[in-house]
Amino acid sequence: MADLAIRPQDIDAELNPPLVTGGLTYASITEKISAITESKTPRAWYIAIGVTGALTAVLGLMIAYLVFTGIGVWGNNSPVGWAWDITNFVFWIGIGHAGTLISAILFLFRQRWRTSINRAAEAMTLFAVACAGIFPLIHVGRPWRAYWLFPIPNTDLNMWQNFRSPLLWDVFAVSTYATVSALFWYVGLIPDLATLRDRARNKIRQWIFGILSLGWRGSAHHWKHYEMAYLILAGLSTPLVLSVHTIVSFDFAVSVIPGWHTTIFPPYFVAGAIFSGFAMVITLMVIARQTLHLEDLITMKHLENMCKVILATGSIVGYAYAVEFFTAFFSGNPYERFTFINRAVGPYAWAVWTMFTCNVFAPQLFWFKKIRTSIPAMFAISIVVNIGMWFERFVIIVTSLHRDYLPASWGYFRPTAIDVLTFAGSIGLFLTLFLLFARFLPIIAVSEVKSVLHAQESGH
Amino acid sequence: MRTGKTYWRSLDELARTPEFEQWLHREFPENASEWTGKASRRNLLKLMAASFGLAGLVACRRPVERILPAAKGVEEYVPGNPMYYATAFSLGAAAYGLHVEAHDGRPTKIEGNPQHPASRGAAGSFAQASILGLYDPDRAKWVRKDGRRSSWEEFEKFAAGRFAGQGAGLRFLSGEIGSPSLEAVKKHALQRFPQARWVEFEPVSQDEPMAGAQLAFGQPVRAHYHFEKADVILALDCDFLGLDAPTLSYTREFARRRKIGTPQDRMNRLYVAEANYSLTGAAADHRLRLRASEVAALLAELAAELKVFGETLRVLPAASGARRKWLAAVARDLAAHKGRCLVLAGPRQPAVVHAWVHLINQLLGNAGATVTYTAATWTPQTQALKELASEMAAGQVSTLVILGGNPVYNAPADLDFASHIKKVECVIRHGLEEDETAALAHWTLPEAHYLETWGDARAWDGTCSIQQPLVAPIYEGRSAAEVVALLSGYPHRRAYDIVRNFWSALSEPQWRKALHDGVTPTPPSAELKVTADARRIQGLPLPPPATGVEINFQPDAGVWDGRFANNGWLQEAPDPMTKLTWDNAALLSPATARSLGVNTGDMISIQREGRELKIPAMILPGHADNSITLPLGYGRTRCGRVGRGVGHNVYPLRTSGAMSIAAGGKVSKAPGRYKFSLTQDHHSMEGRPIVREATLEEYRKHPHFAHEPHQELFSLYPEHSYDKGNQWGMVVDLNACIGCNACLLACQAENNIPIVGKKEVARGREMHWIRLDRYFSGPEEDPEVVYQPMACQQCENAPCENVCPVAATAHSPEGLNEMAYNRCIGTRYCANNCPYKVRRFNFLEWHKDIDQLQRMQFNPDVTVRMRGVMEKCNYCVQRIQEAKIKAKAEGRRPIRDGEILTACQQTCPAEAIVFGNINDPNSKVSQLRKQDRNYAVLAELNVKPRTTYLAKVRNPNPELV
Repeated sequence: MADLAIRPQDIDAELNPPLVTGGLTYASITEKISAITESKTPRAWYIAIGVTGALTAVLGLMIAYLVFTGIGVWGNNSPVGWAWDITNFVFWIGIGHAGTLISAILFLFRQRWRTSINRAAEAMTLFAVACAGIFPLIHVGRPWRAYWLFPIPNTDLNMWQNFRSPLLWDVFAVSTYATVSALFWYVGLIPDLATLRDRARNKIRQWIFGILSLGWRGSAHHWKHYEMAYLILAGLSTPLVLSVHTIVSFDFAVSVIPGWHTTIFPPYFVAGAIFSGFAMVITLMVIARQTLHLEDLITMKHLENMCKVILATGSIVGYAYAVEFFTAFFSGNPYERFTFINRAVGPYAWAVWTMFTCNVFAPQLFWFKKIRTSIPAMFAISIVVNIGMWFERFVIIVTSLHRDYLPASWGYFRPTAIDVLTFAGSIGLFLTLFLLFARFLPIIAVSEVKSVLHAQESGH
Repeated sequence: MRTGKTYWRSLDELARTPEFEQWLHREFPENASEWTGKASRRNLLKLMAASFGLAGLVACRRPVERILPAAKGVEEYVPGNPMYYATAFSLGAAAYGLHVEAHDGRPTKIEGNPQHPASRGAAGSFAQASILGLYDPDRAKWVRKDGRRSSWEEFEKFAAGRFAGQGAGLRFLSGEIGSPSLEAVKKHALQRFPQARWVEFEPVSQDEPMAGAQLAFGQPVRAHYHFEKADVILALDCDFLGLDAPTLSYTREFARRRKIGTPQDRMNRLYVAEANYSLTGAAADHRLRLRASEVAALLAELAAELKVFGETLRVLPAASGARRKWLAAVARDLAAHKGRCLVLAGPRQPAVVHAWVHLINQLLGNAGATVTYTAATWTPQTQALKELASEMAAGQVSTLVILGGNPVYNAPADLDFASHIKKVECVIRHGLEEDETAALAHWTLPEAHYLETWGDARAWDGTCSIQQPLVAPIYEGRSAAEVVALLSGYPHRRAYDIVRNFWSALSEPQWRKALHDGVTPTPPSAELKVTADARRIQGLPLPPPATGVEINFQPDAGVWDGRFANNGWLQEAPDPMTKLTWDNAALLSPATARSLGVNTGDMISIQREGRELKIPAMILPGHADNSITLPLGYGRTRCGRVGRGVGHNVYPLRTSGAMSIAAGGKVSKAPGRYKFSLTQDHHSMEGRPIVREATLEEYRKHPHFAHEPHQELFSLYPEHSYDKGNQWGMVVDLNACIGCNACLLACQAENNIPIVGKKEVARGREMHWIRLDRYFSGPEEDPEVVYQPMACQQCENAPCENVCPVAATAHSPEGLNEMAYNRCIGTRYCANNCPYKVRRFNFLEWHKDIDQLQRMQFNPDVTVRMRGVMEKCNYCVQRIQEAKIKAKAEGRRPIRDGEILTACQQTCPAEAIVFGNINDPNSKVSQLRKQDRNYAVLAELNVKPRTTYLAKVRNPNPELV
């Protein structure tokens, strides 16, 4: 009997594997995470930041060249007024969705597994939004006038912006999102910054973290206010997760261009954003987990859960693609129909089928537990999804524009080297910021993980 | 000399030491800062005074002689207000009357002179673009001797010695002279130099039509067609709407017969048989694809069908198959419209064809009705040039004076002009450019642009105009008449005196009126009654169809024979049919391309009579099979920065025996690919109702065919009513539009539109505010063509406006979709959201490399846009404002209908564009909008465009449908 007996704990362990393994204690978690920022900088980090820093420099050069020469250095043309510029913008904004979703929505839904990944995901969000923010500013023909996009008093424009323009809504949506995400991330960081301050061995660290931790002493009062602030920010962020990409999708949905003018865009864009955001979290966390030896904190359960989110959102995206095609057919609108036939078999069919393969077919592999628990497989698929989601935006923007209503105006877009290098540079910037974060700040929310540990040990 | 006592001031002086001498002569003490330059103070002050004085004169570039403003000009010159002067532009022997707008002494815009019979208010693309030539920084500027800068004084000294004798070995070579005063100077020169000879040569000449007239009538005559009287027209390889002069007046008359207001109206019917797809072919109701060398046979077959010769004459070979059916129908149609039909052949066709055409017109009763003749004098040009070349080869020419033209580049290849010219002891070249010919000349003399000097010009019908200068020569240019006067000792030396003296019969008031009106009171050439000799013509041997691949040489719609190669506007204006910019190509049919195994952009090699040409091929649907069209004028080697090395030179294949249609060509695929820059890559309408078209019969059955049913559209919000004041709108009659590009160039000149170059056109960044969308329909081998001018439609519900984040494009109360350039930051969102894709973005600083001189052409009423901002058509808002200001000044009167002409409308030879106030029910534009054929493109989007189109109606022969 004894060997057949199934203990309730075992069932629980089977269904809810522990979120922290390796017998870590409160003290050892603090030690493990803090030590990353305190130990001697590994050589690999220098090499990595050397590469990404060089790419960031390329971004700077490309922007300088663009500003001094004109948008003509890119491949944009008439009829394709937007191409890689806005593709990159939407791509990076999409990436920036996972962080807040994990922090806010999963927090409100009490998904405890979020604790090991939320800090890094939030940081990633901020960096992605920073990258995204560059593109609307530099894509304008006269970037030195880009500040006219903001409703700030200035004598040279001397009038309000056009509040009917979705591009202006974008300005508000993205800047609000960036502000709230930054606040949320920073508030979450405060207890850990205080821990780093307390552990600091030299004056400079003590001083910097002392300022950054805003006098946190860990008193019950502090915790009470902190928890409330965190909850409020989570509440504020939640609608933003949905609103930002909804508004970004309005850039297209509000227009009259076939392939853009469609009501499915808001949910479709949000799902796609979460999809790409989680893919990027996996990409980064798999690397961080391996290099920083965080296997006990970022367990297979975390990774598997993220794979499941990718599977779910990937399926929504696939469904949205199908609905778009169906709607185009069902609308009876010849322009709409043509746009989708042109996507499937036109000059950009290669991009469209790349998108389908990467976004619809690749994530379906996550139905297999073996694949969604295999580190190399999930890493590879996450990269594929990122590529696919970039192509999704490219397909939406470029294939819709290049052939719209009057065939005499049709054209074809070819990127230039500057297009490619600008995008590569933005990846460099993103990775540089992430490397700096991973080196100088606690990559995992120490105080939050401890709460999971407590619950796990006491069986709550 | 010393006088009186000499005083000394010091011992040094007394001793005359060198130090003292120096001190005495120095103005300032040692070490004081002083002027050490070479110029003395006195000279410096002189120069300063002169610069101040001359600085005030810089603006004075107005000619010294009295020139008179045209009707629209103001009484007295008001700074800032434009002045309009009448003058004339000549292309070969055909002159067109112009009105030229000048701002503060610099000409900026060319328009047609409504009083001139060849223009009737329109100006073609060459005339429109010719203003850019005035400001061409690469023009011939100075007198040069052996390449080094010299002066007119030097040349005059040289000429005095050289031109002292009887003119032995002296030859003049000029283009065709259409100027009566130059003819007078020429006559004087030939009297002064009895042993000299004068050759006139145009690469695109009237040799064949004149020879044809000689055959038919025994004398050269010039034919004039009266399209307004012709119900049925058969054009045989004749592009009377495009390239075959005088196109403007023909286009106007033809288009008037295509405009119909109601289904009951009648229109003419046009049959075209041609090899290349021309504008005339595009306007045709029936087009027969035919090799140019088979036109003669077709004509004979037509004669057989017409049975014009009765039984007594030779039985002509009859046509067979589909061609027979076509010809039979055409013949019946022509025969049914005796005296109201017209048959014409293009100048590329051999003389025999022209003779036949004259005969057929006579037998159809058209002579004197739809076609009239005037007397002409003619010396076959190619023959004359050939004789000149052989004289040069034999060393019999010691002095060659080349006035204009560019024979080294464009003389027939077999004459080997470039090597024979080296045998001439002294070559004097007078021309606008420092070109291939100038490079081989000993003296090069700069020619004054026609806007810089006095002259006169004879139109196709013989009407004469005085060519008034608008500006004194910018460089040292002089007119051809001045040069010949100088060489021959003509009593008058200055261009004004030459012209005024020639027209001395005109009293001063008459002269002034002639300057003002742009036409002289001399009547046009008198009609000549001639009779074709049927029996003789019938006996003429017909040229056989070309063996091998037939090669057609024809002038290019952009650069003509090469003379406009350095004109950026014309280089960038897309070819009306191929939409090719900055290039020419060997045009061939899809079937010919298949048989050669080539595609568009593949290089082909054309061999003929031991000469070879490598040129990229371009497939042109509707081109005749087994035939290749080669546009002339490209591949210039010595040319300004714009035209140098653009395209491929086809002259090396063109020989004096085959100036237009060459037989016996061998064509094969050559290695290599070539990249073309096209402004339109997609040629099918994809079944969309963009250009709506019906036959006359269908139109009569369904007068509302142009109205596509679409769902009733309504707005949730009350819409702006736009029912007060002026509400601007435009109607474009697709039945009249022939797709000729005149509007595109007029717009470019009026609105300071930059050119972007071949590479940027390939990227889709051309800036033209108005496109001539050209769509093919029907089978690829033999399609029909329609044109649609497409500029900003000024939508009332403009999709571009609501998406601009900085409100840089907004609606005016008068219904204009306006651009505030200085508010635009260049998001390009508006362009993306424009369903017509008519917005143009300044991707780069297009004006960066523009010469200081070229800036003079800019219209000061229109902002020159910087990089990074969007631009587009605004119905010439500056002209609207000008009219409104004028109306306000004249007592706040309402603006009269037709008072405002947009640049495109003004120049349209077909009168296809009508602009005006749609709020006024009596305005022309309102009347047109009420027509059955009126429709809006993409109306189903509820953008409510203010530009609407009148649907196209063709009038096919019911027998052939």
